[in-house]
Amino acid sequence: MAVVWSILSQALHIALIVAAAPVLTGVLRWLKARMMGRRGAHPLQPVWDLLKLLRKTPVLAENASVVSRAAPYLTAGAAVAAAALVPSFARGMALAPLSDLIVVAGLLALGRVAMALAGMDVGTPFGGLGAAREMSFAALAEPALVVAALSLAILAGTTNLDAIAGAFREGGLGLRVSLGLALVAMLAVAVAENARIPVDNPATHLELTMVHEAMILEASGRHLALWDFAAMLRLTLWLALLSAVFLPLGQAPAGAGPHLWIVGLAAWLAKMGALALALAAFESAIAKMRVFRVPEFLGAALLLGLLGAVLLFVSTGLT
Amino acid sequence: MRFPEWLRGVSSLRDPRLRHAVLTLLLLATGGLLVLAAAAPALARHAKGAPVVLGGCAAASVLIAAGAVGGLLGGPDALDLPFGPPWGPARVAIDALSAWFLLILGLAGTAASIFALGSLHGPEAPRRLLPYPLFLAGMAVTLLAADGFTLLLGFEAMSLASWVLVAHEHEEEEANRRAARIYLGFAGFGGLSLMLAFGVLAGGAGDVAFAALREAPPDGWRAALVLALVLAGAGSKAGLAPLHVWLPLAHPAAPSHVSALMSGAMTKVAIYVLARFAFDLMGSAQPLWLGAPLVALGAASAVIGALRANLEEDIKTLLACSTIENVGLISIGLGLALAFRGADLPALAALAAGAALLHALNHAVFKTLLFLAAGEVLHGALSRRIDRLGGLIHRMPVTAWAALAGVAAAASLPPLSGFASEWLLLQALLASWRVGDLAFQMGAAAATALAALAAALAAAAMVRFWGLVFLGRPRTPRAAGAEEGGRLVQAALILPAALTVLFGLLPGVMLDLAEPALRLMTRAAAPRAGFVAIGAAEGGARYWPLLVALLLAAAVGAVVWAVRRRAPAGVARGPIWDCGFIAAPHHLPFGDPSSQPTASGFGQPLRRMLGTSLLAAREGVTMPPPGATAPAVLQSGFHDPALVALEGPVPRWRDAAAAQAERLRDLSIRQCLGLTFGAVVLMLALLAWLEAR
Repeated sequence: MAVVWSILSQALHIALIVAAAPVLTGVLRWLKARMMGRRGAHPLQPVWDLLKLLRKTPVLAENASVVSRAAPYLTAGAAVAAAALVPSFARGMALAPLSDLIVVAGLLALGRVAMALAGMDVGTPFGGLGAAREMSFAALAEPALVVAALSLAILAGTTNLDAIAGAFREGGLGLRVSLGLALVAMLAVAVAENARIPVDNPATHLELTMVHEAMILEASGRHLALWDFAAMLRLTLWLALLSAVFLPLGQAPAGAGPHLWIVGLAAWLAKMGALALALAAFESAIAKMRVFRVPEFLGAALLLGLLGAVLLFVSTGLT
Repeated sequence: MRFPEWLRGVSSLRDPRLRHAVLTLLLLATGGLLVLAAAAPALARHAKGAPVVLGGCAAASVLIAAGAVGGLLGGPDALDLPFGPPWGPARVAIDALSAWFLLILGLAGTAASIFALGSLHGPEAPRRLLPYPLFLAGMAVTLLAADGFTLLLGFEAMSLASWVLVAHEHEEEEANRRAARIYLGFAGFGGLSLMLAFGVLAGGAGDVAFAALREAPPDGWRAALVLALVLAGAGSKAGLAPLHVWLPLAHPAAPSHVSALMSGAMTKVAIYVLARFAFDLMGSAQPLWLGAPLVALGAASAVIGALRANLEEDIKTLLACSTIENVGLISIGLGLALAFRGADLPALAALAAGAALLHALNHAVFKTLLFLAAGEVLHGALSRRIDRLGGLIHRMPVTAWAALAGVAAAASLPPLSGFASEWLLLQALLASWRVGDLAFQMGAAAATALAALAAALAAAAMVRFWGLVFLGRPRTPRAAGAEEGGRLVQAALILPAALTVLFGLLPGVMLDLAEPALRLMTRAAAPRAGFVAIGAAEGGARYWPLLVALLLAAAVGAVVWAVRRRAPAGVARGPIWDCGFIAAPHHLPFGDPSSQPTASGFGQPLRRMLGTSLLAAREGVTMPPPGATAPAVLQSGFHDPALVALEGPVPRWRDAAAAQAERLRDLSIRQCLGLTFGAVVLMLALLAWLEAR
């Protein structure tokens, strides 16, 4: 029976996270609009946008290679694969043994590289500029993520996300300063990876500030729909990752039946809603920073992550 | 039961006669390479001579790879050759460690030799033909040696043969002469350091056979001295910072197939020497801190190499810098293994050593591939400068796609080979806190951050390399008219590309194959994780590359299916939307190259973020005076601090020493005779003192 539940919960998880991605983005935009005193578009607007884009024939540059046509599928596929590995409402899903934090980071890197290459495919200055900045920011975000993973791995003994969530849910680790520092580091990485304020502004087409948008400037039709969908899925994935690791409340344990899933589902939706609200408030409250201030932002995240690890060393050394 | 274990269980493989056959096969292949080198000057005169030599090299490389697999499955064997230095026979042996590196040499040598064969056009000059088999034979001798003399003989043959190949175009470019000069200096320095390392290790007894050296492992300051000398000798050959400066100069100057071997195999031979000393000859009872310098130097090399790869504008130099990065990662793995072994954590030591060995193999294969692809680009588009290439995916699709496999592995993307070994390395780093020492824990945490930084920087460098060379529009007419190479060249690219994918999907099998080497190094086996997975520890994190690849394929397939259901098929084509640029003039049919990202432009964010502090990068704008019509000039550049430090004082010391030596010529005859007499007395005194001990 446990096998059936694990497969079923995995299928449900994938359907849920794929469906939640555009809605979450819509809710986030709506919340931001309300906070800024606008009425805002309907929260389902991104879904309609995606469906509209899918119906349109993409226009490619004359010299576009097969990279431009294949990369959107690869990036979206990598995002779906990564999202399938991050636990949401239940643990012990069928793919749980695969859900390694570094593998998830690797799949996201695969999508990022495909996007950067697609940006460079036709040889426009904007694509190259966006790709250069995206890869540079990622180069600084990656060590911060790995150092945060170091703290998690010390506390949970593994980098498997499912096991980390389980250890934090049931291990009774209590509140730890190191965990708080790791949380801050991972939040900074999440902001940078998802091209959110203050690293990038997802709502502008202002040339000098663009990172993510610059790479997909040439995309249209179904390709643009896939790029947008992959970005939405990445944001959902990161919020789900943060809530699974740092807010494991309510998550159904491995092998639990559907009755506990409902609790887990409600808890997950509440957590995602709360994170979206926090993100909207954060983005409304601060301004985007200059591009070359971003290294300081991510460097601070790296140092906080290192500090968390060092505190752990000291505390485990003392006990 | 695991696959190689099952094979090892086959009784006929345990037959000692088979082990002798494996060693004989390897020696015959090496001897064949030496014969080819000796015959090369004569063969070079004939039209069919060069193909015979290069084909022979390819065949010998295949034999070496096959023998290496035999050595990994069979067992150790040793042989005293009937000739050698005056004091004893030359000893050769094969054990798991040398077999693993022979496998690397065989694979890289096969691809490089086939590429050389495919890109032959007419007769080859003897000075390019002769050193190539000698280079391969030197590496094989180094790996097969079982005493210090034979090892140094092979090491020096490798250095000198590759030096001739680095200098092969010395009359054409000053840069090549400079590269060869610096390389020769470093090769001499490295050989001397290794010689001294053997001397210190052998001590008063003076027996440099490995069996004798193992009997008396050094301790205390002697262990530290040996490690420092080996790091100077083998580390400089491998490209560890701060002795890496020759590498980005020398590797690109050689012909492309030789560059591939230098980066793919020669650095690994140096790593082998390092591992042979640190894990085998120095004994297993070494303290924890012995690994610390390897981790520190490795982390520094990884970051410097990866950052420079983001700034270099010559594709072969860029790849050479990426080699420094990967050697740094391998060195971190070896250092961690040493530290874990010293802290009595054998399972973790095997994990770290497994990461290092696996990464050595994976890097050898994908770097060979990338250098060969760069050679094909140079051959097709006649330039190594990124700013003269572009858009080659349309003209050279096979090269482009083969190179993409190497680029993805170098960028450590799943499910390719680079990701598997870097995943293992990260797992080893994440477990390094289990060493109880607080200082080591903090250092290892910093190394973890630096290794992750290096891996991500490598991804940026690889995107820059592949994107600017193969994507976009051609930047010169030459690039627009580039042509794909012949079938042999394509085969030489496809072979390592296929191996990159294969090793990426089946790292567990390769790790099982390396298991005897891990046992030899750490007295423990890598954590078992089943047939298709690799694992950090019993019950710890696992990476299942085949399943991840399947999941990825299923996800992409589902996305394609879902989009196909709703979206209309096909695409419309239109001109590039260039954000309001004026159309390019008619004499520029591929558009204005200056409206594309350049090599230095693409490196600008990282040059500003990290380059200013690490590589003394600078940018400056010179504005014309008001009213003048001259354009403003933006100048940017960087220099490696290690090269500045080297090129500053070292020539000054050399000149000072030469000036002092010149003074000897002005001595009178009496003083000259006095010097000779004094030297003889000194020697006799030394001899008397040694006798008295």
